[in-house]
Amino acid sequence: MRPPGEARVGTLVADRWKAEASVRIGIPREEQPGETLVAATPKTTAKLIALGYDVIVEAGAGVAAKFPDEAFVQAGASIGTSAQVWSADVVAKVNEPSPAEVARLAEGGTVVARMTPDDHPELIEALQAKRATGLNLLAIPRISRAQSMDVLSTMSNIAGYRGVIEAAEAYGGMFAGQVTAAGKTQPATVFIIGAGVAGLAAIGAAVSLGAQVRAFDVRPEVGEQIESMGATFVQAAAAQQQVSADGYAQKLTEDQEAATARMYAQESAKADIVITTALVRGWAPTTITAEMVAGMKPGSVIVDLAAVGGGNCEATVPGEKVVTDNGVTIIGYTDLTSRMPAHTAQLYGTNIVNLLTLLTPGKDGQLVLDMDDVVQRAISVTHDGQVLWPPPPVQVSAAPKAAEVSAAEKPHLPTAAELAEQAKRKQQRLYAWFGVAAVLVGLAITFSPASFLGYFTVFILAVFVGFYVITNVSASLHTPLMAQTNAISGIILVGALLQLGSTNVLVVVLAFIAATVASINIFGGFAVAGRMISMFRKDA
Amino acid sequence: MNTVVNERWYSLVQAAYVIAGVLFILSLAGLAHQKSAKAGNMAGKIGMALALAATVLLALLNSEQAVAVTAALIAGALLIGAVIGTIAARRVEMTQMPQMIAILHSFVGLAAVLVGFNSYLTEEHADAVHLIEVFLGVFIGAVTFTGSIIAYLKLSAKMKSAPLTLPGRNLLNLLLLVISAALLAWFVAAPSLLPLVIMTVVALLLGLHLVAAIGGGDMPVVVSMLNSYSGWAAAAAGFMLSNNLLIITGALVGSSGAILSYIMCKAMNRKFTAVILGGFGTEVKSSSKSDEDYGEHRETTTGDLAELLRESQTVVIAPGYGMAAAKAQYPVADLTAKLRAMGKDVKFAVHPVAGRLPGHMNVLLAEARVPYDIVLEMDEIQDDFPDTDVVLVIGANDTVNPAAAEDPGSPIAGMPVLQVWEAKHVVVFKRSMATGYAGVQNPLFFRENTAMLFGDAKDQVEELAHLVGVSAHEMAPAQS
Repeated sequence: MRPPGEARVGTLVADRWKAEASVRIGIPREEQPGETLVAATPKTTAKLIALGYDVIVEAGAGVAAKFPDEAFVQAGASIGTSAQVWSADVVAKVNEPSPAEVARLAEGGTVVARMTPDDHPELIEALQAKRATGLNLLAIPRISRAQSMDVLSTMSNIAGYRGVIEAAEAYGGMFAGQVTAAGKTQPATVFIIGAGVAGLAAIGAAVSLGAQVRAFDVRPEVGEQIESMGATFVQAAAAQQQVSADGYAQKLTEDQEAATARMYAQESAKADIVITTALVRGWAPTTITAEMVAGMKPGSVIVDLAAVGGGNCEATVPGEKVVTDNGVTIIGYTDLTSRMPAHTAQLYGTNIVNLLTLLTPGKDGQLVLDMDDVVQRAISVTHDGQVLWPPPPVQVSAAPKAAEVSAAEKPHLPTAAELAEQAKRKQQRLYAWFGVAAVLVGLAITFSPASFLGYFTVFILAVFVGFYVITNVSASLHTPLMAQTNAISGIILVGALLQLGSTNVLVVVLAFIAATVASINIFGGFAVAGRMISMFRKDA
Repeated sequence: MNTVVNERWYSLVQAAYVIAGVLFILSLAGLAHQKSAKAGNMAGKIGMALALAATVLLALLNSEQAVAVTAALIAGALLIGAVIGTIAARRVEMTQMPQMIAILHSFVGLAAVLVGFNSYLTEEHADAVHLIEVFLGVFIGAVTFTGSIIAYLKLSAKMKSAPLTLPGRNLLNLLLLVISAALLAWFVAAPSLLPLVIMTVVALLLGLHLVAAIGGGDMPVVVSMLNSYSGWAAAAAGFMLSNNLLIITGALVGSSGAILSYIMCKAMNRKFTAVILGGFGTEVKSSSKSDEDYGEHRETTTGDLAELLRESQTVVIAPGYGMAAAKAQYPVADLTAKLRAMGKDVKFAVHPVAGRLPGHMNVLLAEARVPYDIVLEMDEIQDDFPDTDVVLVIGANDTVNPAAAEDPGSPIAGMPVLQVWEAKHVVVFKRSMATGYAGVQNPLFFRENTAMLFGDAKDQVEELAHLVGVSAHEMAPAQS
């Protein structure tokens, strides 16, 4: 925590940057028309400063996201012109920098932004010419420790939420079913294709608005996640795929495609809202054909979250909201995240802070790039005049280890049949042991005196009673239980008491000691158990 | 006439025993849930009072010496026991509960040994079955006695908790068992005190060695195993004294302890035999690579953490033995109350083998007045970690080690652990970078979303609780 006074000092520190030559981070205004986002908010600015950086924000950069310049100043940043910002050591941006913008970078500077170098080789050239370091936020590998910097997840999450809100606006009904004095209305049926980050966020938003949500994903392992969000997982047996190795869905085979297409047609015809989210590395496969759109109910809505990549729906017009001849509204907005700038900018800015935290191991405002780190290597486009794009592939940690060893060879996972077979064999072995034990016990009883038999029966029955009684005990009560059973086992006192009446002095002495320790046990055990039990209380 | 009256008395005693047995079963059943636990405790007390009253009656009826002397002896023993037991139970701190329970187990063991000897000394024309019963009773009692004492010493840190690993320790155990078996044959063939005494010594040694070979981290299993032994010892005494109540009670306690041991073993994904044969924590050789393989850890301060907590919505606290050792449960409860008052969602995640006794953490948190409905078990909370803003790991290590889930070469591989690393931020309260009981380095500490807070857990949490409360007021004017 920074002491309150230091925030006001922040401006002074930023004013001194020329003299001290500490590393500056520039936050430019986004040039793209209609863009409301900004790469830092006052909150994330404070965190960047805590990392030891100076932050300079272009005048008016945050205005569209409702962050006035004064808020940045209060957080410790200074406000500068476009030229000052672009000459900073590190420039953090939301959208891909244009070659013209790169040209304004300082020689050897660093730019952090979302980039698509595969589609824009001219960007790589421009960066190389400036000997600049380009860090591509879209290339953050999907491994668990990089999750906190994954802007794709951030953006998808917000887009998924906003997609539902847009659909709700375009749809002529209520999401939740209502029962009113004037009769009742059915809840809206929402069908969501793809349960990635965006899909799951859309499921969450739609469920909480009260809709009936059905969702499908080609990766069978996400079925559980879909169900956990409160949606129904739509199964299509022939369309099931292997567990993915890199966190993305794979391309489908022809058979699978035919099966899924049939299922899409059925589901979309039933649905009021269809939300498609299939976007694999910028490429949008077609999931909803024009024919399927024609089969949908008038008034229903399609939200195509993959419009950026051309759209999952054949009728989608990227960036537009269109209404088809049969009255289906198709929303192809590509700026869903920019429609909620306050939170988007905050989360995006936090992603950048997390990345810079990784890049600033000393927390001293010195940016250090470690090419042996998979995350840092994966996002590097250019560095010091070298082209580092495309990076070597990174396997996600969630995939089974075997897949890492040889991607070609399928990992051998036990099938359900094998597991059942194993369980059966285990069960049989258990029965066999039971049988042996029963025979042995039977023999022992047969050859033991009759007086023993009655006691033995009691013993065996008590063992089983104990077994079933204790199995239900809640784990939080194990300690009191142990104290209690301990006190009860002090019942051995009974034996000692009966021996106290003996005429043999040795016996009496031994019995007295036994009786004393056993009664310590009884009194101590019950008291301690009672003390513990009385401490447990429910939230008042 | 007199004998008829006596018979009636005997029947009354048996009736009391039956009722006591039923009450004991109800008592354990009552302890299954918090709501019925008080009633369960009471049922046990009533059952015990009934059983004792009946036994005193029986002892006086059967007394071979003057009834007054017997009565005085009984009163004396009960009084001493009551005073010592009650004082100990009042004084014991909740953090010392493991050693308290261990020492109480040893008493049962000792009593079983003494009762066994007495039974042999008083029974003159004993048949083979009775001799075997005496022998087994004394054997189990002796093992329980020394085993519990060693467990007590280890748990109260009066003895190093590292496992004692003698060469060929399994052979040694086997040898002691074989000697005991041979002594049993001798004892049955020619009943005399000598084989019984030798066996007692052998069994005492066995108990000593068995528990000495088990490391501190496995103590939850050991304590519940000794609990089970003490039950079997009581049951054996019941057989030799032909007393149904002792048999029922002993069997109840014996099976209950056995199940607890089984639950603990399952929670550590280890075979029961492996735990009992001991030596865990010795196989550190290849698996614990040096630290540089994991990268560097990040440190944080209570100030930063207080700010992080104020920004968070959901907080999960994963306590471990370290919280008990530092007696940090009160500041933790204080912090919890403050965070909850600020509208945060605070929960506790308790691993089945956290602490040195099954359910130890729950008792400590209950003592500090943390409501039990926010203290969750591993299975209940595992799925919530991805939606959690901050996890505070207080004095836990092996139970939050991702290596168990991700590194098949790790000694704790396959042990179910709390997946705290799924949360957005993890803060680990720890004394130093030392390894846990399993001797395994914890890759959690080197994760990107993990920060370490070094120092005494109690002091750190106290300071944190203070800062969380204060900073909310101090920060407000600065931000506006």
